[in-house]
Amino acid sequence: MLLIDCPHCGLRDEVEFVCGGESHILRPDIVASDADWADYLFIRDNPKGLTFERWQHGFGCGAWFNVARCTATHEIQGVYGMTEPRPVLP
Amino acid sequence: MMRLSHGGGIDRSRTLRFRFDGRDYAGHPGDTLASALLANGVRLVGRSFKYHRPRGIMAAGVEETNALMRLGEGTRAEPNLKATQVPLVDGLVAASVNCWPSPRFDLRAAHQIASPLFPAGFYYKTFIWPAWHLFEGPIRRAAGLGIAPGGPDPDRYVHAHARYDVVVIGAGPAGLQAARAAAASGETILLVEADFRLGGSALWRDGFDPDAAQVALDALPNVTILKRTEVFGYYDHNALAAVEQLEGAGPRQRLWKLRAGRVILATGALERPLVFAGNDRPGVMLASAAQAYARRFGVLAGKRVVVATNNDGAMEAASALEAAGAQVTVIDSRAGIFVTAAKGALGVKAARLSDGRTLPCDLIAMSGGWSPVAHLFSQSGGSLRYDDSIHAFVPDCAVQPVTVVGGAAGDLGALAIAPVWEVPGRGKKFVDFANDVTARDIAIAASENYVSVEHLKRYTTLGMGPDQGKTSNVNGLAILGALTGRGPQAVGTTRFRPPYSPVSFGALAGPLVGRLQRPMRYLPAHGWHVARGARFEEHGPWVRPTAYPLGGESWEAAALREAAMARSGAVLFDSSPLGKIEVCGPDAARFLDRIYVGTASTLKVKRARYGLMLNEHGIIVDDGVFVRLAEDRFLVHTTSGGADRIAAMMDEWLQCEWTDLDVVILPSTTQWAVLTVSGPAARDLVAEIGIDIDLADFRHMTWRTGRVAGFEARVLRASFTGEASYEISVGARHATALATILHSAGALPIGIEALMILRTEKGYLHIGVDTDGTTTPDDVGMAGAIAGKASDFIGRRSLLRSEALRTDRLQLVGLASDSRKLPVGAHVLGPDRASPGPSDGHVTSSVDSPTLGRPVALAMVRRGRSRFGETVHLYDMGERMTATIVDPVFVDKAGERLRA
Amino acid sequence: MSRYSLFSLARNALSGHRHWPQAWRSPEPKPRYAVVIVGGGGHGLATAYYLARNHGIRDVAVIEKGWIGGGNTGRNTTVVRSNYLFPESARFYDHSVRLYEGLSKELNFNIMFSQRGMVTLAHSRHDLDAQRRWANSMRMNGIDSDLLDRDGVRALAPGFDYSEDARFPVMGGFIQRRGGTARHDAVAWGYARAADALGVDIIQNCEVTGFDVGADGVTAVQTSRGRIGAGRIGLTVAGNSTLLANKLGFRLPITSYALQAFVSEPVKPMLDTVILSPAIGVYVSQSDKGELVIGGGLDHYASYAQRGNLPTVEAVTAGLLTLFPACSRMRMLRQWAGTVDVVHDSTPVFGASPVKGVYLNCGWGTGGFKAIPAGGWCLAHNIAKGEAHPLTAAFGLDRFASGAMIDEAAASGIAH
Repeated sequence: MLLIDCPHCGLRDEVEFVCGGESHILRPDIVASDADWADYLFIRDNPKGLTFERWQHGFGCGAWFNVARCTATHEIQGVYGMTEPRPVLP
Repeated sequence: MMRLSHGGGIDRSRTLRFRFDGRDYAGHPGDTLASALLANGVRLVGRSFKYHRPRGIMAAGVEETNALMRLGEGTRAEPNLKATQVPLVDGLVAASVNCWPSPRFDLRAAHQIASPLFPAGFYYKTFIWPAWHLFEGPIRRAAGLGIAPGGPDPDRYVHAHARYDVVVIGAGPAGLQAARAAAASGETILLVEADFRLGGSALWRDGFDPDAAQVALDALPNVTILKRTEVFGYYDHNALAAVEQLEGAGPRQRLWKLRAGRVILATGALERPLVFAGNDRPGVMLASAAQAYARRFGVLAGKRVVVATNNDGAMEAASALEAAGAQVTVIDSRAGIFVTAAKGALGVKAARLSDGRTLPCDLIAMSGGWSPVAHLFSQSGGSLRYDDSIHAFVPDCAVQPVTVVGGAAGDLGALAIAPVWEVPGRGKKFVDFANDVTARDIAIAASENYVSVEHLKRYTTLGMGPDQGKTSNVNGLAILGALTGRGPQAVGTTRFRPPYSPVSFGALAGPLVGRLQRPMRYLPAHGWHVARGARFEEHGPWVRPTAYPLGGESWEAAALREAAMARSGAVLFDSSPLGKIEVCGPDAARFLDRIYVGTASTLKVKRARYGLMLNEHGIIVDDGVFVRLAEDRFLVHTTSGGADRIAAMMDEWLQCEWTDLDVVILPSTTQWAVLTVSGPAARDLVAEIGIDIDLADFRHMTWRTGRVAGFEARVLRASFTGEASYEISVGARHATALATILHSAGALPIGIEALMILRTEKGYLHIGVDTDGTTTPDDVGMAGAIAGKASDFIGRRSLLRSEALRTDRLQLVGLASDSRKLPVGAHVLGPDRASPGPSDGHVTSSVDSPTLGRPVALAMVRRGRSRFGETVHLYDMGERMTATIVDPVFVDKAGERLRA
Repeated sequence: MSRYSLFSLARNALSGHRHWPQAWRSPEPKPRYAVVIVGGGGHGLATAYYLARNHGIRDVAVIEKGWIGGGNTGRNTTVVRSNYLFPESARFYDHSVRLYEGLSKELNFNIMFSQRGMVTLAHSRHDLDAQRRWANSMRMNGIDSDLLDRDGVRALAPGFDYSEDARFPVMGGFIQRRGGTARHDAVAWGYARAADALGVDIIQNCEVTGFDVGADGVTAVQTSRGRIGAGRIGLTVAGNSTLLANKLGFRLPITSYALQAFVSEPVKPMLDTVILSPAIGVYVSQSDKGELVIGGGLDHYASYAQRGNLPTVEAVTAGLLTLFPACSRMRMLRQWAGTVDVVHDSTPVFGASPVKGVYLNCGWGTGGFKAIPAGGWCLAHNIAKGEAHPLTAAFGLDRFASGAMIDEAAASGIAH
C-alpha cells in the first residue's frame, strides 16, 4: 500500500490515486510513420527498477503529477510536476 | 488430564457451559476451547486431512495443526477454527471437522489401511486411465475439512484506518518492554496483541509480570492497546493489516489498516515438534504447550509425562509439569537416547525409546527447538538467515523501518540445541501434521528430484495446510537438506506472504458488500417515476425507468405503446443521466477540435453539433451533441455511461499533454435534471406549459436559455428519437416539479426501452451496443467529417494504418426481416453459409418497430454498405434465419420529423 | 522413462517408495545446443517437449533462473478455456484445450484436467445480448457454448445471491462445458519429465546475463553457469520478457503488473464449476483439495515485485461476497501474485523477434496457463521451421504498426 506525496495534499494512501502509466512519452505529429506511431501507442520501457510514471490524485485534488518509483521494491524516490523533466536520481 | 486446584489465569468461581460433538462440558472464564477440552479429559478432537488419523491438541496457540473446529451453527457457523485460539464463552457449540460420524468412529479411517498407496504425489502417478474425471468426484468429497455455512452471514464487518508513530506487534515480555521504552519519547504507540490477554509467554513462564506491565502502559496517554487483534499482513511503505475480534452486539470483526512510522516486531517464537513415529498421536504435544496449559490454564495434560527434547528449553516445561504434580521423565536426544515412537492408537499409552525401553505414559511433551516468528518481517521484504546457534531462520536485513525484538529476533536464551531432524526408526513420522506430510514423503520428493524448497512444498503439500507450515517449515527443509547434502541455509525457505493466519472474507470485504458494493445512482425524480409505475433497471451507473407498464401490461408491450406515442403525440423522457461537461476558456474550441472527430471551432454560439470521440487507437469511445454556449464556453454531452470517463480523459489531456491550452473542465451532469419532450405534439405542449423562448425561431440543433413553466432552464433542440425534441434542463431540485407539469400537460412518460426502439428505427448509434472495441468512424459511416478537417484529433493517426483502411471491415447497416425479430448477437453467415465457419458480422440492435409494424435491426456486416438489398443467412445458437441488408435508417430518412 | 501407473505405485509401496527414479535429471549444461529455451515455465518446457516429439530436435536445453514452474505457471488460478470472441484467438486456445484433454495420457503424468465447465455470468439485459454474440462467435469458431438462464446458473452454483434485490442480479450466463481447471504444477512437471525422457536438458538455477549476437543472428546465451552456444533461442519468460528483450537490444509492447489470487481454507464441496462475473470483477472455483480459488483484476500499477496489494484483495473479496454471500465466514488462507506481461489487446506477442534466431512467446497477460500446450506446440514449430505456425501467425509483433489488433479485452473477462 503505497504512501504517495501529492504535491498539493501531502502524503496520502494509494487508494486515493490513479496510475496513468509511464510518463514522458512524446506524442508524435500526424505525419509520423506507422512504426513511430506504434512506438508511441504500445512500446514501453517497463523497467525492473526505477520508472517514471504519471499519477493523479483522483480522489483528492485531481492533479496529475509525476512519480519516480521502483517497480521491484515499490519505493518512491521522488515526486515532480507534470511538465518537469525526469529528475536525475542516484 | 485434570484441572489443577489452583493457579493459572482462569476464574474458577464462574462456570461456562459448552458443547463439543454433541456432549456438554464446563470450563471457566480465561479458558480457550482447547484448554477446556483438555480439562475435561478430551484427548481425541478430530481426524487428519489425508489419512484420517486420530488427532489431539498439539499446541496452545496459533500454530495448532490438529484441533480444527466448526464453531457455531446455521448461518453463524464457521469452519476450521483452531480450538487453541477460541476463547471459551458460555453456550459455545463446537464440532470436529473431517470425520464422520465422530472422531472416535470415523468411516474414512480406512484411508489409513490404504496409506502405503497414498505417498506424496501419488495422484500425479495414477488416475490417468481411463480418465481422471472418474476418480475426481470421490476424491473431492473426501477432501476439504469443514463444511461451509449455508447462507448469508448475519453479522457485520467494519474497516478502520489509523496511523501511529510506532506499532508494536506482540505483547509478550519483549513487546511490552519495547512499547514502554518507545512511549517515553512521547510518540504515539499502538500495541497489538492477538490473544485476549497481554503477556505472551509470561502468562506461563516466570520472570516477567505482565499485569504490572499493562498497568504501567495503561497509565500512558500516548499508548493504545488492541487485544484480540492479529496483524496478518505487512505491506509496502510500512502499511500493516490486522483483524480485531469484537464482542457484543455490534460488528463481528474490524479490519485495521495501519500505517506506522516504524514497526517493532515482538512476535515471539514457536516450538517445533520432533519427527518420530506416531508423533501425531493424541497425547503428543509441544512441551511449551503442556507448560502453558499447566501454568496459564491450570490444566495438567498428562499425569505420566515423557518430555522428549533436543534442547534445554524443554527443561522448563519438565519442571513446570513436575511442580503441577505430574510424574516426568526427560528423554534428551543429546544424551544419545531418543523417543522413537509413540504407542497407542486413539491416545498415547507409552513412549518407545531407542535403547529398547518402553515407558508407559499418557503425555509426550516434545521440543524440537524453536523458530522465531519472522513471517511479518519476511512479508515486509526483509531477508532471513539461518542461525546455527539456535538452528532456526532469524530476521537478517530489513528494507522497511522495522526492528525485531525478543524471541522473534532469535533471542531465545541458551538452548544448546543439537537437532536430530528425523529420529531413526520405523513408522509414520509426521513433519506437517495439517496436511499429513511425513518424513518419507520428503524422501520421495528428494529421490524424484523435487529438491527446490518450492518443489518440495508443492509436490508434498508441506506447509500448505491451514497452519501454513508454522511448525513444519524448518523440520521439512532440514530433512530435505540432509537428504540432498545441503544445510538449511542452502535449501532456503519459501518467502512468507499474507496472511500470517487465516482471515475471514467478511473482514477483508468490510461493510461495502451487497447493495453497498457499488452505489446505485437514482434520478432526481426517482420517486415520481416510482409513482408512475415505472419498472427500473440499472443502465451503466444509473437506475432508470425501463418502461411504465399499465395494469397487467408487460414491460415489452408498454415499451411498444410508449414508442408509438412518441411518433404520434408527445412523450416525456427523463434524460438526466445524460453526461454534461462544460468546457470553458479561451482555448476551449481548439481543445474540442482535438477531442472530436468533427470540428468545434466553426460552430456558432447557440448552435449544436453531433460529434464522435475516439481513443488514440482510432476506436469510437463516445458520442453526443455539443453546444457552443458562448465564444469561450461549450457544453459537451456524453453518453450516460461515459460522463465520468470522458471528463477524466479531457482532464488528463489538458493536465498532461496540452498544458499550453487555457481550458477548464466543469463536469455538471448531476447539477441538471434533463426532461426531454419529444413527438409531433412536443412543440405545442412546451408552448402550453409556458416558455419565454420564441419557439418559431428555435430550430433543430440550436440552444436557448429562458424560463420554462416558471423554472430557469436551458433548452436544446436535439433528438435521439427522430421526432422534434426539446431537451429541457433545470436545476436538479426542480426535476419532480417540472415532470409533474409536463405530465399534466399530456406528455406520456416513456422509458429507456421505448427510446431504444425509437433510435433503432432511426439507425442512431448506441455506443457500446452497436459499436465495440474495434469500431472506427468509417465503420459506422461517419468518416465524412474527417476529410474536410485539417487539424489533428485524438485517434486520427491510427485511422491511417492499413487495418483501418481495409475494405472488408464490418460496417453498420440495417437488417430487415419479415417474420420475427432477429436475436441480438446472431451472426451473419459467410458466403458458403457454413456454421461453424467464418462470420460476416452480427446483429447489434433489434426491435419490433411499432412505426413500421415489422421487426427492424441494426448489424455490423462485412462490407455491409456495399451489400444493400442482399439477402443474408443468420445463425443463432443452432437456429438459422434470413434477413435483407438495408440502409440503417428505417424511419424518416430525410429527417423531416425531427426538424418540425 | 519409468511409467507411472497404479501398478507401479503398488510395486513401489512394497519397497517403501524408496526407488522412485528422478522425474527429470539435473545435468550440467553442455557447451552448445541446437536450441536453447530461456525460461523453464510451462511454455518453455512444452516448447522443448514438442521440439523433441514433433520435430525430432532433441539437442535442446531449457534454462531456468530459479526452479521450473516457479513463475506464472505456479501462480495462476489454473483455469483452462477457449471461450474467445475472435477466430484467431479461438482457434489457438481451442487447440490448447484439445491438447490439454489428452495431456495426462500423453505425458503419463496426471495433470488433473477437470472439465467442470466455465460459466460467465450476465447481470443485465445488455450482458445477455453481448454474451449471445459471444456464444454464437464460439459456435461459429467450432467451440462448444451454451446459454444459461437464471435457473441454469442456479443449478450449477446454488450458493449465490439469487434474491430479488441482489446488487448484481444473476440473469443468466453462458458456459463452455469443456472449460475447467488443471493442476498447474503438474503441467510443468509433466512436460519436464517427458521432455527429459526425450533427451532435453533441464538446467535450473541458471540465469541469463546476456546474449551473443553475430552478423547471422544469435549464437549463444551468457549465463550464471557460463556461455551456452545456441543455434536458435526461444524466449518463454513471462514476467521478464521486457528485461530479456532489452538484453537483446529491442523493446516490447508490454507493461508488467502484479496479478493476485488467493484461496480459502479447504471445505467440503460447495461449488462445482468455474464462475466468472466480468461485471463484479471476480472469478471463483473450488479445487479438488477443497479450497475456493479466487481471482480478480490486476493491481493498478506496474510491478515486478511478485507480491500483491491489500486494496485489490479487499475489492475482489467484496465482489465475491456480493455474489456468493455464503463465503463470508470462510477465511483466506493463502494469497500470492505473479508478474504478468500485459499487452494492449490482451493477445500474445509470438514468433520472430527483431534478432535473427530468437523467437518470442510472451504477452499472455492474465491468461498464459491455459495456452501452455498450444504455446509450446506453436513455438516449437516456429523454431523448427523458421516460420510462424498458422495458429499464431496473427500474433506477431507486426500487428502493432499495422493496427491489426485482436482485442480480446472483452473475451479475457476481467478488464485490464
